[in-house]
Amino acid sequence: MTYHKRFDGRGFDELRPMSAKVGIVPRADGSAMFKIGKTVAYAAVYGPRDLHPKFMQNPQTGILRINYNMMPFSGHGERVRPGGSRRSKEICMVMQNALLPALNLKEFPNAVVDVFVELPQTDAGTRCAGIMAASMALADAGLEMKDLVCAVAAGRVEDKIVLDLNYFEDSHEDGADVPVAVLPNSGKVTLLQMDGEMTREQIKEAITKAKEACEELYELQKKALKERFARE
Amino acid sequence: MKEELHAQDKSIVIPGEALATGMSFLPGPGTYREQETILAQRLGMVSVEGKVIKLVALSGKYLPKMKDKIIGRVIDVLLTGWRLDINSPYSAVMTLKDATSEFIPRGANLTQYYNLGDYVVCQIVNVTSQKLIDVSMKGPGLRKLRGGRVIEVSPFKVPRIIGKDGSMVTMIKQATGCDIVVGQNGWIWLDGEPEKEVIAVNAIKKIEVEAHLGGLTNRMSEWLEQQTGVKVQPAGGPQ
Repeated sequence: MTYHKRFDGRGFDELRPMSAKVGIVPRADGSAMFKIGKTVAYAAVYGPRDLHPKFMQNPQTGILRINYNMMPFSGHGERVRPGGSRRSKEICMVMQNALLPALNLKEFPNAVVDVFVELPQTDAGTRCAGIMAASMALADAGLEMKDLVCAVAAGRVEDKIVLDLNYFEDSHEDGADVPVAVLPNSGKVTLLQMDGEMTREQIKEAITKAKEACEELYELQKKALKERFARE
Repeated sequence: MKEELHAQDKSIVIPGEALATGMSFLPGPGTYREQETILAQRLGMVSVEGKVIKLVALSGKYLPKMKDKIIGRVIDVLLTGWRLDINSPYSAVMTLKDATSEFIPRGANLTQYYNLGDYVVCQIVNVTSQKLIDVSMKGPGLRKLRGGRVIEVSPFKVPRIIGKDGSMVTMIKQATGCDIVVGQNGWIWLDGEPEKEVIAVNAIKKIEVEAHLGGLTNRMSEWLEQQTGVKVQPAGGPQ
């Protein structure tokens, strides 16, 4: 096994440099930006608002609708074709499932909360970055939430368990990647996917490491949200 | 079990943050209890009142409440009334009975009374669990708004714009000579001389930006005097 040092030189348990900012889209009801390494995610929340088409309305509760979009010039030089794809549709669904357990939209029957996640620059880990930004934006929109949501990918490159994979690690021929989303206060997992193969022990280790990393991510979210209102 | 308050009064907390531990504390609006801990349910400012812990919301949409005086815009004419946009997730309905004391004959053209795009000051009389909202025009000061302009502010800053017993808005009215109606839903209607109207708009924007700072009333009276040359009393009552 030859993977002794990571492609970008960081430690196996080390996250890429991160930053976060809340309240970046004045017209939106809530917004946030989250940057991790070369992956940048913007999220804007509109609503709760009237939901059309009407057949989607739920008289029991409001619904959450996510729109995930990689910009054409993001990625690694291959133009990303604009518009929805099979991949983006799946990611919208898993992001919605990851965020919904933290949200309470019971107060808003028949309404919708729209979240637009835009990625101007990507280097793997986009669904996790999107969840991080969307969770801050939802809090900024003043919605009722019992917790924030933190997300990071863990994975395997050859025999090493690594955290927060970049594109080179993600696309390594002998590897796997496990995006994990966590409610930081209760430790509950709301997103768990795996692309590739890992042993039972490796999966356990990867999830444990991702959960530990979420504490660091949570502190960053907390700081960004508090700064938003301290600034005003 | 140790009784402990984790969050300071007036501090900003995020959803899921622990505010206090112990059964002697009581969760107020915007908070919830999980086992022995009281946690924040949304982003907001903590307000500790004795043993009750409340959370004051800082952002979000206007949520309709009974008896609120609001400004609405007619967006549709129905068979027996009008539908109003009230700057909230849900629209409101004003029925014929609540709209006017005039007699409206059967089959009358309802746009004679209120047309699409008209603004009205009205009061919320009912909100159901499914958020069906009824508004009424019957009450003092409730009327159709003619001329002027409507601006939008955050509904959470409205109490500061109105001030204690309406002192702040009265001050702006006196200084600029404008007619001002502040709706709880964050829509504000102003009417006056064009230059004065601009000053009033700027004054409201200034209050919105500085809403969280102390001594605002005195600062605003100085600012208004400097802008208009009219001396206004900072401590005014309702007119």
